[in-house]
Amino acid sequence: MSNSIVIAGVGGQGTLLASKILAAAAGARGLFVRTSETIGMAQRGGCVSSHLRIDAKELSPIIPEHHADILLAFEPAEAVRMLPKMKASAGCVVNTDSVIPTNVALGKGVYLKKDYLDLLRNRFPAAVFIEGARTALAAGDIRTLNVVILGAASGAGILPFSAEEILSAMKTCVKPKLLAMNEKAFELGLAAPGVRW
Amino acid sequence: MTVKVCMGNEAIALGALAAGVSVAAGYPGTPSTEIIETLAHVHRPGVSVQWSVNEKAALEVAAGAAYAGARSLCTMKQVGLNVASDPLMSLSYIGVKGGMVIAVADDPGPWSSQTEQDTRGFAKHANLPVFDPSSPEEAYLMVQTAYEFSEKYSLPVFMRPTTRVCHASADVDLAEPAEIKAADGFERRPEWCIFPALSYRRHGELEVKQYEMARDFDSMPYNRIEGKGRKGVAVSGVSYLYAKEAVSELGADVLLYKVGTPYPLPEKTTKDFLASVDSVLVIEELDPVVEEQLLIEASGKVPVLGKRSGDMPKNGEYSFEIVKDALIKYLGLPQPEKEADALPQLPVRPPVLCAGCPHRASFYAAKVAAKGFKKAVYCGDIGCYTLGNAAPLNMVDTCLCMGAGITLAQGIALADRDAKCLAFIGDSTFFHTGIPGVINAVYQGTDITVIVLDNHTTAMTGHQPHPGTGKHADGSEAPALDIETLLKACGVKHVSTVDPFDFPETVKAIREAAEFPGASAVIAKAPCIAQIKKPAAVRFVNDGCIKCGRCVAEIGCPAITPDSTGRAVIDAPLCTDCGLCSYVCPVSAIERGERNVK
Ligand SMILES: Cc1ncc(C[n+]2csc(CCOP(=O)(O)OP(=O)(O)O)c2C)c(N)n1
Ligand code: SF4
Repeated sequence: MSNSIVIAGVGGQGTLLASKILAAAAGARGLFVRTSETIGMAQRGGCVSSHLRIDAKELSPIIPEHHADILLAFEPAEAVRMLPKMKASAGCVVNTDSVIPTNVALGKGVYLKKDYLDLLRNRFPAAVFIEGARTALAAGDIRTLNVVILGAASGAGILPFSAEEILSAMKTCVKPKLLAMNEKAFELGLAAPGVRW
Repeated sequence: MTVKVCMGNEAIALGALAAGVSVAAGYPGTPSTEIIETLAHVHRPGVSVQWSVNEKAALEVAAGAAYAGARSLCTMKQVGLNVASDPLMSLSYIGVKGGMVIAVADDPGPWSSQTEQDTRGFAKHANLPVFDPSSPEEAYLMVQTAYEFSEKYSLPVFMRPTTRVCHASADVDLAEPAEIKAADGFERRPEWCIFPALSYRRHGELEVKQYEMARDFDSMPYNRIEGKGRKGVAVSGVSYLYAKEAVSELGADVLLYKVGTPYPLPEKTTKDFLASVDSVLVIEELDPVVEEQLLIEASGKVPVLGKRSGDMPKNGEYSFEIVKDALIKYLGLPQPEKEADALPQLPVRPPVLCAGCPHRASFYAAKVAAKGFKKAVYCGDIGCYTLGNAAPLNMVDTCLCMGAGITLAQGIALADRDAKCLAFIGDSTFFHTGIPGVINAVYQGTDITVIVLDNHTTAMTGHQPHPGTGKHADGSEAPALDIETLLKACGVKHVSTVDPFDFPETVKAIREAAEFPGASAVIAKAPCIAQIKKPAAVRFVNDGCIKCGRCVAEIGCPAITPDSTGRAVIDAPLCTDCGLCSYVCPVSAIERGERNVK
């Protein structure tokens, strides 16, 4: 059974590593994996997304509309931006910390956090919402947000891999000197209490 | 064989190693950059890998290596080929001895490029063959074939992946790298020197080779006909995967011609395909390269639909949805109802300079320095600093192509005598194509001020070293060229170097330079903050904040946002203690404090 996972966030949040870890986990299982990344100008605070398609040799590297089974969202507005991609039955983890674009701070454009989170909760009643930044800082660095979110997804039981599989994939993708901190981030994410929305 | 999840660019690099490449040269550019980065990282003994100063240099280095019999690789993004086109056009006449692959990545969209130009069209223009992979796993195999092909025809060969191949990953079956092909060494022969008489002869030979190569391409697995039916669909590049998924979802019968070598089109396969169908829809991003060749070959006997007929978009990236809709229309299937998903209004998120980026400080200083001028024109260039165009900085009035800022400024200064022209250029861009423009300004005596934004890296493309950094591609020590010395050697009479975070000094230096008659320069030197460890201190806003909004409105730092009451709040994890905001705050409410990690 193929599985399509979309990871959405803002450039600089570390979506790429989350995608790499999941791809490595799929690879370790012997499943054919196809991914696609946003690399380039958007990495400076633009919208970025990673697409993973597992067991997907003859499929497009970009997940088509209504084809995604799982959403890992690093940011509320970016979660909403991905809604057209999602199946109605998709499993979701959403970080509730907003990244307010500079143009919005300057008074150009809107950022409707409550509307975004309400919509997500209505569409996906089983979605898990977490306060990722706080958890990542507790693990030692805001940059572990990606692994916190993987942990939360694992805790929510929406990933096609076990926690052990993710942890062993992390060993192949994370720099050795950052591994312990990331393992802690994963454990904290796994146990992170969902926040109500 | 081992299976590894590889990014397309990594697959190209590993494919080149599997083919025994021994010299690789490139200049960074999205989406091509990771090819050289992979080679530098693998660090195979006996393989020379370099970030060259620009694409022309890279292509010439790779060509020289291939003259001497080595297998060489040259990498760049599509616009890089414009810079390298002068050696390229002659090289197609001169040819090579060792295999040479020119990997040029195209960027339909475009996502991170100035243009949507199509390297397949460039290959045709240069009479050189081009391989167009549809996926990373195919790219890995294609590069190896490309080396054999290059040696067989003594011609450089193009490998043209697009963003969705370069930055996609897939399982790749990796072979053991072949022995590095020992180069015979350079042999003297008259044919290495281009002269009109030789060009005439070689041009003729090259034209003959086009037909031979087209025939040779028939036997390659990258070109094949799949499926059944009399409705033909021809696809090139990643569109093959979009089409495969769409055809399978539609459960439709189509005869799919997968084109792996869009120029020259395989001869017999193309004829067979056209003979087996009643019509053809061509699905290829960017220019109608396959389409036009099919139109010529079909010569009106079989309708060929695509961009020219208005059935496929002429610009932008393709997607599963675009391909599926086009197939539905082409096959006369019922159009499914589309319910529009009503989403709340979402913010646009243009890319921005990082919090603490030294470019922001330089731009803001230049803006303050120029306040007294009658008119100032800010000529920008290409790099992270192009993002200085956005509000509230608004400090990039022009941006054309790498190195153009300094020379555009000269033209503007000549035609608009009221304007003070300031040209901003990054350090990597300065080495790439900035220096000739400086010399031109000095030589012509044109009054411009060059501001070199020296952040000690090629940041926009992911922080590659360049001649000023003291590092090679593989991280080993290199001589570091000093920009100030170079500017003086070019004859610039007024040169100063400043730390852009010393705001008053920077404003003063820029004002003095701008007031200097003739070419002048300021080097704003501070490392890219993405390259250094975050300091222990941060800035925070104290209770003295009068909610004037000046810090947000003047510098647009992504770490500062107003809260619901209008009071400025600094996001500590993002803040780098650069201190620019403290200069902006009219009531000194922004202080330095400890980074609070808990
Ligand atoms: C001819 C050409 N080659 C490569 C690129 C890709 N590219 C865009 S910006 C850039 C480098 C910018 O480096 P630098 O001038 O140091 O500025 P920074 O990003 O560090 O601010 C490159 C290589 C391009 N746009 N055009
Ligand atoms: S990566 Fe470096 S140069 Fe680019 S915006 Fe960030 S701090 Fe500035």
